[in-house]
Amino acid sequence: MRVLPFGDRAVLAEYDTLAETMDAFRALDAARPSGVQELVPAARTVLARIDPALISLRAAEQWLRDTQAIHAVTGISESVTIPVRYDGPDLAYTAEILGMSADELISRHSGAEWRCAFIGFAPGFAYLAGPIGLEVPRRATSRQAVPAGSVGLAGEFTGIYPRSSPGGWQLIGTTDAVLWDETREHPSTIAPGMTVRFEVLP
Amino acid sequence: MSSLVAVQAGPNTLVQDLGRPGLAHLGVGSAGAMDRAALALANRLVGNAPDAAGLEILFGNASFARDADTWIAATGAWGSVTAGGRAIPPNTATLLAAGETLLFGQAANGIRYYLAVRGGIDAPPVLGSRSRDTLAGIGPAPLVDGQSIPIGPEPEAPIPPVDLVPVDAPTTGEVTLELRPGPRRDWFTEEAWDVLMSANLRVSPRSDRSGIRIEGPALKRSNAGELPSEGMLPGAIQVSPDGAPTILAVDHPVTGGYPVIAVITDESLDALSQVRPGQPIRFRLATGR
Repeated sequence: MRVLPFGDRAVLAEYDTLAETMDAFRALDAARPSGVQELVPAARTVLARIDPALISLRAAEQWLRDTQAIHAVTGISESVTIPVRYDGPDLAYTAEILGMSADELISRHSGAEWRCAFIGFAPGFAYLAGPIGLEVPRRATSRQAVPAGSVGLAGEFTGIYPRSSPGGWQLIGTTDAVLWDETREHPSTIAPGMTVRFEVLP
Repeated sequence: MSSLVAVQAGPNTLVQDLGRPGLAHLGVGSAGAMDRAALALANRLVGNAPDAAGLEILFGNASFARDADTWIAATGAWGSVTAGGRAIPPNTATLLAAGETLLFGQAANGIRYYLAVRGGIDAPPVLGSRSRDTLAGIGPAPLVDGQSIPIGPEPEAPIPPVDLVPVDAPTTGEVTLELRPGPRRDWFTEEAWDVLMSANLRVSPRSDRSGIRIEGPALKRSNAGELPSEGMLPGAIQVSPDGAPTILAVDHPVTGGYPVIAVITDESLDALSQVRPGQPIRFRLATGR
């Protein structure tokens, strides 16, 4: 892992793989010193925003290096099940580029345990990492409006659009689950570190 | 409880407080006032708590009235501001009489006025803040003409007896911003760094609360690779594939896939928020660490 500079109020930890990043984020989040105000996980990095009155950049860097040495935190993570109708407009095409039938894609997508690596793009839009073999490119052209509840695949992730927005993911299904509600105490149904399963709706 | 009425809402007037930091891992940025020091000063002048909400008034051309006497303070941008036709000085608490119109003319120095009203703007908080996040669409919608804005109860603190606040008008000349190298400086050529630190740069009119675009020579990459999305913060200077830098501002996306060549210091963010389209800027390397 490497620690990279990010101005006078943050440092960026960079890891080699998504799995390593997810493990490091869990370890960091569980042992956050006062003065580390925010941890923002992403695909290969964790950004630590600090209050320089409480912790120095140097001390935050040292904490990132030391914590990285701790092995993946064991324990049971929170989990959520999302019911999905596998009726997305890109289902057949996505199965074709993966070299499998639509039924096999559905069975592998719904049979896997996914883990939330990070949230980005929009409030509550979780990037879920799962089994190898379901990696697909984004659509060549983004859609102007992807309906809320659309379940998609892109790169090494699956994700669910919490609300209607433009988007380039391959859409394989739809859910009625509410992913984001800012009036709830926990506004995002899925948070980094949580495990997610998809249940096939007829 | 009586409300403040936005007689003319102006082109883009938003309710802002100090934002909702700490939710980036859920995809929500901090938002909050672009010029935090100006909002904090306005609140202090009328005896509000530092986290009270005020109005961020872009460019001016906005007017307000209330049917009760009200202490107000205007900070940030400088321009013609009048109460009942009387000019009121910036950075001073003023009693707006019931029925009088408070009029913000076109800003001449800076671009964002802040209006604090004693009691604070009492819009419903979302995720702990009354700030409008223009990118995520969270928080109170931009004001519209004729809208009534609820005002909170009278705070306990009195109006502080301040005669003069030594805050200069935002400059109309060149603005110097301090920066430090960013995480992806090594994705750019040495020449790109020299251009960033020495070229004549200007703020683009295509700037808003999510990012301030900079016009100048293209910053050339030495690494053409694709960057996996990583966490972003206000002040990060992201460079798009055509070499154009954008300084992310408070309503930025929480993650981004363009490399960050440098990050401006926290202190420089307030100055950046008042830079007008077309105004020249210069970067200087921050000292110490």
